Amino acid sequence: MAVFSRGFGGRTRESSPDLPPGQFLTEDFPVLSAGPTPRIDTAEWSFSIRTETGAQHAWNWDEFRALPSELVSTDIHCVTRWSKLGTSWRGVSLDTLFEEVESSYDYVMAHSYGGYTTNLPLEDLLDGKAWIAYEFDGEDLDPEHGGPARLLVPHLYFWKSAKWVRGLVMMKDDEPGFWEQNGYHTYGDPWQEQRYW
Amino acid sequence: MSSHVDGNALAGPFSEVFRTDMTTAVCCCGGCGDTTTLATEMVYGTDALAHGSIVRCRSCDDVLITLVETPDRLVVRFPGIATLSVDRDTPPA
Amino acid sequence: MTDWKVGTVTDTRTETPTGRSITISVDGWPGNLAGQHLDLRLTAPDGYQAVRSYSIASVGDATSVQLAVDRFPTGEVSPYLVDEVLPGDQLEVKGPLGRWFVWTPEDTRPIQLIAGGSGIVPLIAMARAHAMAGSTTPFRLLYSVRTPEDRFFADDLAALESETFHVDYVYTRSTPADWPTPPGRVTREVIEAVTIPASDSPGVFVCGPTGFVEAVARSLVDLGHQPQSVKTERFGG
Ligand SMILES: Cc1cc2nc3c(=O)[nH]c(=O)nc-3n(C[C@H](O)[C@H](O)[C@H](O)COP(=O)(O)OP(=O)(O)OC[C@H]3O[C@@H](n4cnc5c(N)ncnc54)[C@H](O)[C@@H]3O)c2cc1C
Ligand SMILES: [Zn+2]
Repeated sequence: MAVFSRGFGGRTRESSPDLPPGQFLTEDFPVLSAGPTPRIDTAEWSFSIRTETGAQHAWNWDEFRALPSELVSTDIHCVTRWSKLGTSWRGVSLDTLFEEVESSYDYVMAHSYGGYTTNLPLEDLLDGKAWIAYEFDGEDLDPEHGGPARLLVPHLYFWKSAKWVRGLVMMKDDEPGFWEQNGYHTYGDPWQEQRYW
Repeated sequence: MSSHVDGNALAGPFSEVFRTDMTTAVCCCGGCGDTTTLATEMVYGTDALAHGSIVRCRSCDDVLITLVETPDRLVVRFPGIATLSVDRDTPPA
Repeated sequence: MTDWKVGTVTDTRTETPTGRSITISVDGWPGNLAGQHLDLRLTAPDGYQAVRSYSIASVGDATSVQLAVDRFPTGEVSPYLVDEVLPGDQLEVKGPLGRWFVWTPEDTRPIQLIAGGSGIVPLIAMARAHAMAGSTTPFRLLYSVRTPEDRFFADDLAALESETFHVDYVYTRSTPADWPTPPGRVTREVIEAVTIPASDSPGVFVCGPTGFVEAVARSLVDLGHQPQSVKTERFGG
């Protein structure tokens, strides 16, 4: 049994009905660090989707930015317990990027510059649920927050919204990504509090 | 905080898993072959806001070890370590 | 395996405008080497826990430990330790931890200590161990702080100075009135001027905020110190 520390409350952890269980509100945008921040020049940047046939759909920065974009206003929930409400992003819908992609596989591994990976079911990326975001609050996305572009899948815990994303690879089975191999839940629904294995 | 600390900082969590002090263990990076004491590798994500601690090779940045503390488990992976050796005379952690 | 032990705060002392030292009596504390740290765990009434590492300023067989903590204004644990904790309060500690960043009297090389801010904590433990052991190997400390008020353990360090232990201060924002040099950082030139030269093959211990430690370690290697004789303890930040 732990000893309680008199007067210690931790960082304010007020819950609110808008918030998934166990989350608290934050006004700022905490930066979680897992390594040196990759700095990717948009001249070098590319994004691709690869399928089981080896077919590769790729966009360089200019091609990517020429695609229709959407303004997204959404709440985000980090598994480390902070939530931020009403964040505003601009990005390209995954529906747009998947338009020409033919695959019979149901799962996706997202790969990032810097080596990070995270796994998602394809259906969670389609039908207006996910974007490749390149603006936050009307500004270019900071490298600290995943710029030039990151995945944005706001209905799942935010580690699924891979920073510095560079590509998606279709998978037959749901194989675990970086944090998912390390104790984090394979799906990560904040409303079900799917934090860990 | 977003910057890294030294391998030293993981002495506590490692003591839950290993019998001796692991920070003085010598580890060889599977990526680049750099060999050094674990205490001198770089550790990211030891603050409250991190998902878990990540030990990276001091010379090539590859992920050597990850350590996640969930309420029920301590999950340790060694994705990038080729060899880990401990001096048998190291006292218990 | 090292277990969590219950500690009771027995004393607190204001050290700087943003930091203080705390003495904690720990049942079953086995004593510690100079340079080791402990993990400290706080538990809120709702069961929420926070764990942080703190170096130990004290050394030897005593069953109490002295820590010193600098406040990170937006931090979770350090403001509690600097502003809230009172004698009689209980908290949990695990340790002593780490056998790498330590000095023991068997080490007879000359020793250069370099501290930034609260990075003095494990290094004063080494200076204390040096004095306690009556070691005659030369010890030198370079201590970088923003202003004279920001020195942790100023009186203790003054009392420790001896034939074989010398302290040099570097002020980065403002200096005492009669100070010979303007405020400035611990540059390679400063290190060259007031530390044991590489040609004497000293052991070097560097501790403080990560940026400080990196800059100092780089300068030391530039000045010809062997990377393996420079040990570092980064506090983050
Ligand atoms: C081996 C070792 C020994 C150490 N020894 C000492 C010592 O002797 N003395 C000492 O003072 N320190 C020491 N430290 C540092 C100490 O462990 C803590 O990191 C330090 O006290 C800060 O903890 P905190 O809980 O106050 O800050 P944290 O809550 O961990 O915050 C750290 C940083 O993250 C930022 N941050 C946190 N939460 C948010 C948020 N929601 N939004 C935006 N930013 C946020 C804070 O602004 C701050 O900059 C040591 C560290 C190590 C690794
Ligand atoms: Zn390597």
